[in-house]
Amino acid sequence: MTETPSQTVGPFLSIGLTWADGHLVVPEGSPGAVRITGIVRDGAGAVVPDGLIETWQADADGRFDHPDDPRGASGSGFGGFGRCATDPEGRFTIVTVKPGALGDGQAPHIDVSVFARGLLDRVVTRIYFPDETAANATDPLLSSLTPERAATLVAVSTADGELTFDVRLQGEDETVFLVV
Amino acid sequence: MTSTQPAGYRPAPEGTHPPLLSPGYKSTGLRAPSQPLVVLRDRLTEVTGPLLTGPIGPNDHDLTTQHAGEAVGQRIVVFGQVRDSDGRAVPDTLVEVWQANAAGRYAHARDNWPAPLDPNFSGGGRVLTDAHGHYSFTTIKPGAYPWGNHHNAWRPAHIHFSLFGRAFTQRLVTQMYFPDDPLFAQDPIFNSVPDEKARQRMISTFDLDATRPDWALAFRFDIVLRGREQTPFEEAHA
Repeated sequence: MTETPSQTVGPFLSIGLTWADGHLVVPEGSPGAVRITGIVRDGAGAVVPDGLIETWQADADGRFDHPDDPRGASGSGFGGFGRCATDPEGRFTIVTVKPGALGDGQAPHIDVSVFARGLLDRVVTRIYFPDETAANATDPLLSSLTPERAATLVAVSTADGELTFDVRLQGEDETVFLVV
Repeated sequence: MTSTQPAGYRPAPEGTHPPLLSPGYKSTGLRAPSQPLVVLRDRLTEVTGPLLTGPIGPNDHDLTTQHAGEAVGQRIVVFGQVRDSDGRAVPDTLVEVWQANAAGRYAHARDNWPAPLDPNFSGGGRVLTDAHGHYSFTTIKPGAYPWGNHHNAWRPAHIHFSLFGRAFTQRLVTQMYFPDDPLFAQDPIFNSVPDEKARQRMISTFDLDATRPDWALAFRFDIVLRGREQTPFEEAHA
């Protein structure tokens, strides 16, 4: 059998793909909660006000509550999934906990999908963490990139528990996008 | 130590998915990345994924009954099976849909083309597939609508579909079209899919046997997500 092709979400995705509290991977104020905000911009630097960000990640111990993790499902009930439509300023917010290392040589990371009008398929990227300098230096993906390109995948710490991660779809400082 | 390198998912055959830069569809011009995409070997985060069971409201499977009055339009049942490319059913997976109303207008603040809104139709729905990957929902047939992509551009009638499967790599957002639509030939989004056979897989089929007599027509739309590589889970010990 062959796959069904991808098509764009179009400009009205919020009718079908949003829900209250979708951006809360953990409740606000949870111990260790971090707030990741960012702005999505296009190749002209204009904000993307009709996009959607989705995130998927391990829990703080680096585990997934998922049967296909060969280490076994964690059983913790940690959902690990966040989604947030961009607002008129192109901004999104995800409240989550920093994922733990998976123990496979990768630095802690969050997988990200970006959907929007004008994107015929999602684009995929990753958020890495600025306080993981040593782990980031040996991460297989980050270490395969030039320092300038790798820097587009590392969030910036702005305050205690606050990170920013901007997404540039095209052009100068274009975010590194991945084929998974 | 046991390897934690899991089996990954197979990429789709060339031509299945649209290229991100598709000049006929103008909005791709400033939104498609210009740098080559970096291939990431599937690892733990990619072969796992959200196993969502909600939120699903009581009328999310029937878009015609979400308001006090009846939605205007041709009632239809849209149903099908979700499988992976190995033919395995994908059970208990969230299917999200959204669409324009019968006049081709979305219930969205930024849709301002002058077709009537229907106060009894919001156009969003959610269902879970059953144990065999089957899903079904009831809605009205959406209308076609003009858009500003090129002179006299019209989108063929379509329903947006969002699927998760069981892994981050399987995530799919697509559009379901209706048989024999005369607008296909001029639509750059439909035609962004390079492979002709792949395009046909986005077109639902009319199914007389599945119609609800004296009530609703029926269209079948089967969906195929990526299948797995055939490598074993524990490939190395050290």
